Order: sequence, then C-alpha cells, then structure tokens
Amino acid sequence: MNDKRRAFSAGDGEDTMADETIPRRKFLLGAGVAGTAVAAGLGPQPATAAEPQTSTAATVAAAPQGEPLLILNETEHAFIVAAVDILIPADELSPSGSDCGCAVYIDRQLASAYGGGAKMYRAGPYLKGKPEQGYQLPLTPAEFFSTGIAAANEWSRKTYGRDFDRLPPDQRVEALKAMQEGKAEFHNFGAKAFFGRLLAMTMEGFFADPIYGGNRNKVSWKMLGFPGLPATYANVIDDYRDKRYVAEPQSIADFS
Amino acid sequence: MATRLKDVDAVTVGLGWTGAIMARELTKAGLNVVSLERGPDRVPGEDFILPSVRDEVRYAQRLELMMDNSVDTLTFRNFGNERALPIRRIGAFLPGEGVGGSGIHWGALHWRNLPSDFRIRSTITERYGAKAIPDDMTIEDWPVSYDEIEPYYDKFDRICGVSGQAGNLRGKKIDGGNIFEGPRANNYPNAPIKSSNAGLMYGAAAKSLGYHPFPAPVAIASEAYANAEGVTLGACEYCGYCNRIACETNAKASANSTILPALRLDPKFELRTRCFVTKLNYDKAGKKIVSVSYTDMRNGEEYEQPAGIVILSSFVFGNVQQLLLAGIGEPYDPDTKKGVVGRNYAYQFEAGAAAFFPDKELNPFWGSAGMSVCIDDFNGESFDHGGLGFFGGGYIACSSAAAPPIAGRTVPHGTPEWGSDWKRATVKWYHHAARFNTQGSVYANRANFMDLDPTYKDALGRPLIRLTYNPPENEFKMSAFLLSKLEGIIKAMNPVSYDMHPRPRTFTVVPYQSTHNTGGTMMGADPKSSVVNRYLQSWDAHNLFIQGASVFPQQHGYNPTGTVGALAYWSANAITQTYLKNPGPLVHA
Repeated sequence: MNDKRRAFSAGDGEDTMADETIPRRKFLLGAGVAGTAVAAGLGPQPATAAEPQTSTAATVAAAPQGEPLLILNETEHAFIVAAVDILIPADELSPSGSDCGCAVYIDRQLASAYGGGAKMYRAGPYLKGKPEQGYQLPLTPAEFFSTGIAAANEWSRKTYGRDFDRLPPDQRVEALKAMQEGKAEFHNFGAKAFFGRLLAMTMEGFFADPIYGGNRNKVSWKMLGFPGLPATYANVIDDYRDKRYVAEPQSIADFS
Repeated sequence: MATRLKDVDAVTVGLGWTGAIMARELTKAGLNVVSLERGPDRVPGEDFILPSVRDEVRYAQRLELMMDNSVDTLTFRNFGNERALPIRRIGAFLPGEGVGGSGIHWGALHWRNLPSDFRIRSTITERYGAKAIPDDMTIEDWPVSYDEIEPYYDKFDRICGVSGQAGNLRGKKIDGGNIFEGPRANNYPNAPIKSSNAGLMYGAAAKSLGYHPFPAPVAIASEAYANAEGVTLGACEYCGYCNRIACETNAKASANSTILPALRLDPKFELRTRCFVTKLNYDKAGKKIVSVSYTDMRNGEEYEQPAGIVILSSFVFGNVQQLLLAGIGEPYDPDTKKGVVGRNYAYQFEAGAAAFFPDKELNPFWGSAGMSVCIDDFNGESFDHGGLGFFGGGYIACSSAAAPPIAGRTVPHGTPEWGSDWKRATVKWYHHAARFNTQGSVYANRANFMDLDPTYKDALGRPLIRLTYNPPENEFKMSAFLLSKLEGIIKAMNPVSYDMHPRPRTFTVVPYQSTHNTGGTMMGADPKSSVVNRYLQSWDAHNLFIQGASVFPQQHGYNPTGTVGALAYWSANAITQTYLKNPGPLVHA
C-alpha cells in the first residue's frame, strides 16, 4: 500500500473535482483542500493562539507524504480526511483537521487494541435495544468505521452522485449535517451513530497528546491555552487568581 | 478438575479499598490472609509515574484502570417489563479493576453520611407522620448509628490523610466548615486543599444568600502526610490529571498508596493477581462458606481455596452475583416483595449546570477532580421537606477544576458542535466557563433491583448480573429542587449566561454520571429484609463478611467511599475483637 500511496505524492495537484477516473490519493492532494483556508507555513509549524494567522491565501499538502496507514484503506482514509477537514476547518485558529493529524490519529486508534474491540463485551445475541442501553452492534470500532464509511459513501453516491470525499466543501458540510441530524438514510446503518463516533474521534485526535498522532505541534493546546503536563501548579495557583496562567505546552514526549 | 489448595485463615475476594483494609486488620490480628484479585497488580512506584499517567487518551478515554468488559459486564434495562441487554462498554459508571480497584481512579471526595441518614425511615416518620413514606419507597434505617461508626470514620480519615475543615467538632459548630455534618471527634488530618477560582466565586455568592459554603473534604493530602501505617503521602500538585487517573505523588489516597505498602511487607499476607473468583462454595446446613473457587486467568487453571473467613470485597455487582450464584440468601422478587439478595439497588442522582464569565479568568486546567466548594444546606433531613413532595437531597458544588482538553471544554447550549464557529466558541469559553454539580440521594424503590440475567454470560460462563433501574419520581423532584437552589446561586454570581443540565427522565448507561452504585446485599437488623447484619456478617453464612457500598440500604446525598471505609474498619473490629474468639453469628435474629 505504501508504494501505491507514494505514487500519488504531493505536487501532482490538479483541479479534478468530479473526475472519477483520477486516483483517489491524487485527487485528495489536489482539490481536497480547495475552498478551505489553511494557515500559512503549515505542515510542521501550525499557527498558535498567541499569533493568530489571518492569511487565508496559502495552501499546503493535506498530510505529510508517505505517512503509512495502519488499518484504513485508501477510500476510507480519503473519507476521513474529507470529513475531519470539514469538522475542523482551517481558519485563523488552527490548520485543518487532517493537517493537525486527526486522520492519522483515527487510523492509529482503529488499528489499536481499542479499535479491535479490546475491553468490549462481544457475545451475542445482538438485539436492537433502546438508546438508553447503549451500543449493541457486533462490530468492533474498526469494523464500525469501515462499515459506516461504506454506508456513508453509498448514501453520498445516491444523494450527490459521487463519494463523500469527492464532494465540494459546501456539500460535505450539508452531508455531515444530514448525518448528524439523522436525516441521511444509510442502508442498514445508523447515520447519526456513525456521525457521533466520527465527531468524537476527530475531537479526540485534535485535542489528544501529540504522541497519538493528532494535535501536531500541540496546535490545539496552544489554541486553548492548555499547558499540557507540567510538574506542579501548587506554587502558582494563588498567584493566578483571575489572571491567566500562560506556559508553552508540554507533552508526554517532552518528558520522555 | 480444580486443584484443592491448603487452608488459609481468610481470603478476600478482590483487593480494592475494603479488601486491603480487611486484609491489613486481619493479618495484624495474626491471621494468614490471601487476597484474590482478578485484575493486574498496580504499584505506585511502577505504575503511577510521570509522564505516562498524565495521558487523557489512555486513562480518561480508553479507561485503562477500569473493568474489562470482554471478560465481565452486566445487563441493563430501565423497567422490569423490558428485555435487558449487555453493557458492551461501560459508560455511566466505571468500576475499576486490578489491585486498588475503583479507589485508584476516583475523584477522592471523602464524605460522611449525616447522623439522621443512619435512621432515615425513623426520622421521616417522626417528622412527617407514619404515612409520609410512599409504599414503593423501601428505605430503611441502618443497623448502626452515626455515633457508633464515628471512630471508624475518623480512623479512615487518618489513613487517607483527608483534607478539609471541620464544621462540627464534638458538637461545636465552626464557620467555614460544614455546620450540618455530624459531630467529629477530631478535625480533618490536613487543612483543606486550595479552591479553584470559580469555586471561590461560588462560595462568595452562596454566602451572600445566607448559605454555608465550605471546601469539599477530599482524600487528597494538602501537605505531605504520614499516616498510621507508616506511609508518607505527597502533597497535591494540582496537576489536573486526577479523575480516572492514578496520582503519582500519592497525594490522592488509594489502598495502593496508603495501606498496601505496609500490607505487602507482612509475611502473613499473600496476593494472587489475575485470579478470578468464580464461586463461593456454600455449606447451607452448616451456614458457612467452606472455600472459594477461582480461575487463574494467566493459564485457565482452576483452584479451590478453603478458608476460615471469606471477605467478599468486590464491586457492588460482583458481590451480588456471588451470592446469587452460590444460592446464599433468598433472591429478591419485586412482584412479591419477598427475598433480599439484589434488593434496594440505588445510585447517585447527579445533575449540573454551567455558567459563563467572559471577564473572569478561571485557569480551568489545574486542580484536582474533587476540588470544589460546596453547600450542604439541602441534604438529607437537614432541611424541612414539608409540602415539597419528595424526600432526600444532596450537596451542591462548584468544582471547575482539572478540565482536560478532550472532555473538559464547556460551551454554552446552542453552540455548534463542529466547524469554525464551534472552534471560536471553544477558544472563547475554555478559560471562562464554570461547572457545577448536585450530588443527589437515591432513595431505594421496590422496582429497582439486581438479579441474574437469563441469557448473557461472562467469559467463564457465569450468568451476568441484570440491573433494573430507573430513578423514581421522588428523585426527579429532589433533583429539580437542588437545581433551583443552584440556579439561585449562579444568578448571584452574575454570569453573562448559564445552562442548567437536568437529567433525562429515563436513565441511560451511555454518558458518565457516577460510579456510586449501592445496595443489593443491604445491611439491616432483620434477616427477613436484609442480607448482612450490623457487622456486615451474612445472616446465612457466619464466616462471610460482605464489604462495600452493596451493604447500603439506600444512597444518601454523599459520595460513598468515606462510609465504605468506615464500615470496613467497623466490621474488621468486630471480627478481630469478637468473632475470632467464638466464630458464629455476631447478632442473633
């Protein structure tokens, strides 16, 4: 898979909005970011809350080149990138979800023990319950996403004539809203539940410690003014009553 | 075929707070004690260390310290006429697993029940008449009084290094503490921990309205503290990585940090981890437990461990399940109202609010989970319920501390959940949102109970516990009342806006609410309506002592761990001072 992915590396960018014959990876790297504003100089150095970027002109590659996928296939990855870039758009506060590593985060989580259904009760019978009874599907989180993405793309093709990742941004916004509100009717799958997990995992990736692949360069922690994990606040709390405590965020890797 | 092992004096089924307290007290009395813990060992110096404990994904989202639902879970339904389905991944409540149990990841709020809570049925009847308590409200007096267990509350406070300010010292009311609490023989061993900025604002507003605010008591040492086990606890760092996470300075008390360092050194103590107790082997005629069966989860080998005393110290659900599987005591039947095992399940009724202060800097990320300012003016029978239409109450708190970036971003109702507008609101409010909570009681109701599920089984083929629970109407009225009082205080804080968060009418197991599950093996004065006597001794097996919140007759408006620890010390004292001299029933019905 890596070789195949590398074959369509950044720089091949073409405006290929509706051309279904263009390989997916190439399409993504070109038009996938069109219409979204990305902070200047990105990739390695995202904007910080301290120095908000107001420029909306520059665009960059959607993700570092050659980043290996652990469990998502190309179609699934394209869907996730296209979704997280709408859920977390590039703007004056942060780069896009995929530029912050949210797609990488989701891929790694789904490939982890969690994605494989660790610590989850999986015995049948599988009966449809009340919402109050919680998740009742036989699927692991990885299977849930794989199945959900297929159902979402099928619905997207029926509704818009093409896969979700090939929709222009305004239609992707509309499609995600339809899923969130349960108006999108997936075949044999709950659109609302799927959207709920997609949003939760995207937000996790955006705000997690960067060791998990998202929140690149602690972009969301800088944006929030969250200092990460310094050693102690016992000596500073009283000095910062009604006064913002500002510190360069530190992550697990900074202490390792 | 199970291997039969050599007799030991006592076994504990599980090694959390109560297993550790009992094992420590029994070994000190000279007994050889084996603790069987189904999960892994957890050692502060190896497992509670920087930087890995400060990981919101691993601990707070993926729940590393919680029970493994692939091995064991429970089934749930709201009402008895519904089909229960398995909780495939825990959510509303998070029982822990491994040495230390739920006492590692807890928020460390450390309360006592009110003296009147211990005789709640009598108190209500005296105040409001013999017909005041509805037929379906099955609340009972505890078979112990506050005064009887006060010395054990005090002992547990000192083991944990609890930080707080007494409000009632031997009958003398002290401003700045909780003046509604029962009389304490001693002040807390440590001064209160610091309050959050939002907590201070809340306290000032509550005081302006005539209420009695005070910093919540927490089992978190505000200063370095040496306890009676010779263990020194560190001082709280206010690091913000607290709830659902282990404490690397050992400021937040756990059995691992306060008791086990001493217990592990005692040659009379043996710990066997990853040993899953599958059955209590019951001699019904002899009214005793002869042994416990367990499976070594490393290799599947089965063992039978004979023991003179069996301490059942797993979580609420495990305690009830063991009794039902072994046929100890009569299972409760909600239709006939007969039977006792599984009866009087209760929970905590929490509801909260958020308020927004654009001109105030709250630094929401630091502090500890339990760090809060409270009022206790509307708990239990501390206020007049005449004409209110409900019984019970709870404390009302502002915490607003330790808000992590994934789960702790509070925005006003109506804010979009994604997109640039969501992002702007998140940044705008993160430092300026205060969060509040009401810790409400749940008075037992005939319809809420536990039994064995007819369909679903655990990894070892045992039927799962089936929980039938929905908060009674009484609790919704109680909660609405607490929220109305909270709303008054919030208004006095002058926020630019606020949102009240009442609970939905049907309980759901999905979002986290509280791990304060109670009941099912309740203590009482009468074997016809209870499972254990006042010393937590089974009415049906004199060498079986059942620990933890499963013995609560109902849940009052306080976090349960303080009472759980006190009852364990009280029970241990009865065993070592009385039972060992003449094994048999400590109370004759």
